[in-house]
Amino acid sequence: MELLRFTTAGSVDDGKSTLIGRLLYDSKSIFEDQMAAVKQSSERKGLQHIDLSLLTDGLRSEREQGITIDVAYRYFATPKRKFIIADTPGHIQYTRNMVTGASTANLALVLIDARKGVVEQTCRHSFIASLLKIPHIIVCINKMDLVDYSEDAFNKVVEQYEDFAAKIDVTDIRYVPISALEGDNVVNDSVNMPWYKGESLLHTLETIHIGSDENHSDARFPVQTVIRPHAAEYHDYRGYAGRIAGGIFKPGDKITVLPSGLTSSIRSIDTYSGPVEEAFAPMSVSITLEDDIDISRGDMIVKDDSEPEVSQDLEVMLCWMGTKGPRPGAKYHLKTTTREVMAIIKEVSYKLDINTMEKLENAGDIKMNEMARVRLRTTQPVVFDEYRKNRITGSLILVDEATNETVAAGTILV
Amino acid sequence: MHKYYLTHLQELESEAIYVIREVVAQFDRPAILFSGGKDSIVVTHLARKAFWPAKIPMPLIHIDTGHNFPETMAFRDNLVADLGVQLIVGSVQESIDKGRAVEESGINASRNELQIVSLLDTIESHKIDAAIGGARRDEEKARSKERFFSHRDEFGQWDPKNQRPELWNIFNGRKRMGEHFRVFPISNWTEMDIWNYILQENIAIPSLYFAHNREAVYRDGTWLPASEFLVLRDGEKVENKLMRFRTLGDITITGGIESDADTLEKIVAEVSATRSTERGNRSDDKRSDTSMEDRKKQGYF
Ligand SMILES: Nc1nc2c(ncn2[C@@H]2O[C@H](COP(=O)(O)OP(=O)(O)OP(=O)(O)O)[C@@H](O)[C@H]2O)c(=O)[nH]1
Ligand SMILES: [Mg+2]
Repeated sequence: MELLRFTTAGSVDDGKSTLIGRLLYDSKSIFEDQMAAVKQSSERKGLQHIDLSLLTDGLRSEREQGITIDVAYRYFATPKRKFIIADTPGHIQYTRNMVTGASTANLALVLIDARKGVVEQTCRHSFIASLLKIPHIIVCINKMDLVDYSEDAFNKVVEQYEDFAAKIDVTDIRYVPISALEGDNVVNDSVNMPWYKGESLLHTLETIHIGSDENHSDARFPVQTVIRPHAAEYHDYRGYAGRIAGGIFKPGDKITVLPSGLTSSIRSIDTYSGPVEEAFAPMSVSITLEDDIDISRGDMIVKDDSEPEVSQDLEVMLCWMGTKGPRPGAKYHLKTTTREVMAIIKEVSYKLDINTMEKLENAGDIKMNEMARVRLRTTQPVVFDEYRKNRITGSLILVDEATNETVAAGTILV
Repeated sequence: MHKYYLTHLQELESEAIYVIREVVAQFDRPAILFSGGKDSIVVTHLARKAFWPAKIPMPLIHIDTGHNFPETMAFRDNLVADLGVQLIVGSVQESIDKGRAVEESGINASRNELQIVSLLDTIESHKIDAAIGGARRDEEKARSKERFFSHRDEFGQWDPKNQRPELWNIFNGRKRMGEHFRVFPISNWTEMDIWNYILQENIAIPSLYFAHNREAVYRDGTWLPASEFLVLRDGEKVENKLMRFRTLGDITITGGIESDADTLEKIVAEVSATRSTERGNRSDDKRSDTSMEDRKKQGYF
């Protein structure tokens, strides 16, 4: 069965968690004891209806405040597909948790309250989705029950979003009018909106062509660790363990190890179930080589026909997540694939205005939840691809040397 | 292009192996928390795959409550011998004897919460810096909020409102002295995935998971196994039942279900037809709405 990972996005209270609850409930993915617990909690809160957001808002503080604070992962399957859902918070304070949920998604559901239309958080989250190169966006115009299921109200929001979307880089955007609370067009087609001729949300999720998100042309193998059994029968065995990040590897392939530049060819590709004739992303395997060369964690094995960049200077779009902005001249641990080096922010080229997508030069220090294009300089060479070519070899994080916190997520531009 | 495609189980397996290898690469003294239940058995199987043909390069930790199913203990010892790995046992009885933990009393008494003390003591005394667990996000609503790499402070506590962001598959295992990580390689697996995988890989599991006859008492909607620790309440009687367990915990808190599923195929069929969660039979989760979150904050699995 095919696996689709999707995330929710959009402003606080626009109905993300309720929608996920509805999707799980109407697709019969909720167990009886879970439903009984949610019913009880809703009654205790004095609600008239069952609050479906309680199915994902699992933390005590979330239930008290009625908001999502951290991403919740939920799972369901239909006969057609298997889904991993990341339900993320809309509140700006928790943007980093939204980015966490969105970074592994192939599709984003952007929720908009039909009464309020596009707001700043709609733009911020949509921009983050485009920055992360999530290939598909479904804009769910929600709470249609509160605008009399009006086609005009729907069209107005669609127009607003289209204006904004012209400025971001997403190719596949669709629109669906829903009521997460009542269930219209979520799993079942709505009887209240006969003017809508499109499919229900679930139908789209089940059938949207996701092809393959993986890059099968540029062969990349970041080495995680070296396997050296201390047993007589495997005395000389030396396997490079890792997960393929792109392309296809076969025994006999000529390879280069980066950044050292040493070359060899593949002797075997091993798994516990036996050697394989070829391996591709995202398989976890062990590779053995014909020659004994110096390879360790952080090195990348690539094929000679397409080599990645190797450099100490990187142009990066950063999403800042630390509560404090970067200190001048501060050093960070930069982690990308399995490699870790020290880095400094050499220069901030511009910050982005989330509403207008304007580039703001000389706009002062970077603050939490802001996005900025920067130039990084590293102590040792980094092996990478442009993020748009490969989401694994083109992404990085910065870790604060003093607090060990992850303070920024970066996508590599060149 | 169709050829270069993994099934969802292959993709989950590859993800888990990647995570386990990251742990061994990033930490000095990792360990696998082994409860004897199906999830930790699957994690151990994945660890064996991750480092083959080498042995699993870390010990297994078992927190022994003293209230175990005898079958679980025998299974554990066989597996450890087969893998050739070190086994570390943390004993709840010892924690009680040393006065580190106080036995609960009353009719619903269990040693579930006491495990936290022994677990944290074991992690500290063996200087474990990363403990790999078999928790899954689909099990429970607090667990659905977990990261793969979950940071614990020097008191072993989880701060769910202030978790580190976790971007893509880049895991940040940096920490101060005395802190540790809990790592959950099968975060994204569901109960159904686990059973399908056990069937696909033909992984050995304790006989308790298969239908068998046993003496049990019906309490709170579930069949509690009769044991030396079970105190009968008024009106309760011990019956002989054909039953099996969906999860394994302490013998005092793990309820079974009536079932005639005595093969893996029948279990898979039964699980896909059930309408309640596996933890619905665990009295430790029924204590309050946020009892899992509360226990996890203190350092529970
Ligand atoms: N009338 C109506 N109310 C809705 C609908 N969807 C959600 N709501 C209500 O809107 C409120 C917020 O819903 P949530 O699902 O918690 O919103 P959210 O987007 O998850 O919020 P955060 O996660 O905190 O960003 C709740 O009171 C819901 O009952 C809808 O379709 N119609
Ligand atoms: Mg929410």
